[in-house]
Amino acid sequence: MPSLSDSALATAAARALETGTGLAEPDVLAVLRLPDEELPAALELAHQVRMRWCGPEVEVEGIVSVKTGGCPEDCHFCSQSGLFTSPVRAVWLDIPALVEAARQTAATGATEFCIVAAVRGPDARLMAQLRDGVAAIRAEVDINIAASLGMLTRAQVDELVALGIHRYNHNLETARSFFPQVVTTHTWDERFDTLRMVRDSGMEVCCGGILGLGESLEQRAEFAVQLAALAPDEVPLNFLNPRPGTPLGEAALVDPRDALRAIAAFRLALPRTILRYAGGREITLGDLGTRDGLLGGINAVIVGNYLTTLGRSPADDLALLDDLKMPVKALSATL
Amino acid sequence: MTGPGSRDLGRLHPLEGAQASKIAAFCDRCGGDLTAADLTAADLTGADPHSACRSARALEPPRFCPYCRRRMKVQVLPAGWRAVCTEHGERSS
Repeated sequence: MPSLSDSALATAAARALETGTGLAEPDVLAVLRLPDEELPAALELAHQVRMRWCGPEVEVEGIVSVKTGGCPEDCHFCSQSGLFTSPVRAVWLDIPALVEAARQTAATGATEFCIVAAVRGPDARLMAQLRDGVAAIRAEVDINIAASLGMLTRAQVDELVALGIHRYNHNLETARSFFPQVVTTHTWDERFDTLRMVRDSGMEVCCGGILGLGESLEQRAEFAVQLAALAPDEVPLNFLNPRPGTPLGEAALVDPRDALRAIAAFRLALPRTILRYAGGREITLGDLGTRDGLLGGINAVIVGNYLTTLGRSPADDLALLDDLKMPVKALSATL
Repeated sequence: MTGPGSRDLGRLHPLEGAQASKIAAFCDRCGGDLTAADLTAADLTGADPHSACRSARALEPPRFCPYCRRRMKVQVLPAGWRAVCTEHGERSS
């Protein structure tokens, strides 16, 4: 007689692998609850789904903070909120440094460069900085430019489209039911409104979140299915890296086996989406776990440093991809 | 030698000559005092109270000036970081 977990993986195989359709919430939850001995099978299935519906290429991206710290919002995981006693100070990146960051990113073979700002939404100064920065990067670096500037107005969405922004990132961060425990200065639905406008504008949608904020497995499954309903082009998957001075500064790291279960579950919920390793993977999974995730559903990475913390060296990640015979997606394949 | 005064503080730029011989007095991650005045029970048993900070710094830029404990303005770039103390100048990875 098959066990419950056998049944969970059989359901996942029939749906995600054979039809490219994401799992329903109860089936995602079943994967998140798989016992440790079933984890290798779940990762193998997630890898097969990724290879079948996305292919072997890995999309490489670099990110940089154009405006760091001093944010008026209270996202409890974030060291850039001006409402906490975090040591992160407010600072702006000038245009030459922004271009240098794009150049460093392109040198890794990355096709995406995301300009990020710690704001509720962009003001006139930030939009001007973005306008000048995009023009300066375009003049010197051949790379897709993405942006992450918080909540947008319709006019700002239109301006980003006019600037040729390739993809817009705005994370929902966690399940709708858990969001009020993490952020009180705005709502999940306000974030969703921006995502809907971005989707309607024709820009690619990048929307993910952070695991390990205190959400339950049920809420993790809820989040995966809510993301699937949005049908984003990319889902960045972060694991909480507890930051000093924030309300979650003393929170525990996600157990690496739970992190890998989540990677498999999110891939099975989102068979055709770019699923990107983002912040926290180094301290949560280490080198071996990074490899396991790339063989368990992940098909994109942020290389180099993050916004306020440092990452693995790009050379290490690129060597790992080479070792796994996973080619880096070429810029020509993204246009 | 892995004592507090020997940690990697990054490259120092404008005031390099004047600061080269200075010993770090503060932890550049938490801003804690590295001198004897701040010794805790853990120190007295031989433990390093900033070993966790030292480990964390492998994946973090510095946040506090090691000479005056001012919070620095820090910019993280894809391939490095730079940090500026208004009193002691800029350092970078």
